[in-house]
Amino acid sequence: MVYLTRKAEFSASHYYHNPEFSAEENQRIFGKCNNPNGHGHNYTLEVTVKGEVNPRSGFVVDLKQLKDILNREVLEAMDHRFLNKEVPEFFTRIPTTENLAIAIWQRLAPKLKAAQLHRVRLYETPDLFVDFYGEA
Amino acid sequence: MKAYLTRRYMFSASHRLHNDAMTAEENRATYGKCNNPYGHGHNYALEVTVSGPVDERTGMVCNLVDLDAVVQHEILERFDQQNLNTLPDFTASVPTTENLCIVIYDILQRGFHCAHLEKVRFEETMMNAFEYSGGGQLCK
Repeated sequence: MVYLTRKAEFSASHYYHNPEFSAEENQRIFGKCNNPNGHGHNYTLEVTVKGEVNPRSGFVVDLKQLKDILNREVLEAMDHRFLNKEVPEFFTRIPTTENLAIAIWQRLAPKLKAAQLHRVRLYETPDLFVDFYGEA
Repeated sequence: MKAYLTRRYMFSASHRLHNDAMTAEENRATYGKCNNPYGHGHNYALEVTVSGPVDERTGMVCNLVDLDAVVQHEILERFDQQNLNTLPDFTASVPTTENLCIVIYDILQRGFHCAHLEKVRFEETMMNAFEYSGGGQLCK
């Protein structure tokens, strides 16, 4: 089994707000992230897939195909977007880094054929990242 | 759904690797330049990984403010700009980065309860890194 990681970057804005909370609760729990006008990050995404090395190609996965899937499923949907308003997953869920990593996993997992998705690692900033392995 | 959240912190400290139970020659052979009697320093990068179910109401494994507060109070305020050999944590052990991992892990295990402490990872320099996930004990 070999693990292969592909990196991508996208920039997006978001804010944290739960309509079930009072204004005070939202402010207390989410702090500055509760600003309704949003704020942005340069996200760095690392997608790790795993599989056996194909004896004919020497590949775990065709990197071009992986890059195309990443572009189509993630970057085109999220790059330079206001996540709360433009990405359907976040019409009802809060676009925290945790939920973003889960949403990216759910977008990618069904599209990968040759290799199996192992991990989605998403950096919100260089000093904060989330890993999701598809665990329930 | 279970997710893993990692936060990175920086602090600077000095140390000297020296074991009183060894002869001067043994210390030099074992620790090399790190045995220099006046010590030397590093910019340590500390990564703390915690895990747990993502709270459906907040979208979070835990509130970063809580993690930052514990690390600030228990780690950064105690270790930043210090000589590790002079701290009570290292009176009976050599302040290698292996032992530093264990000390920091144990402090966080006792002081942070908002999510499961998964791992502590230290970069002593850009060329070396150490990880500890519990289960061991501080070594001489």
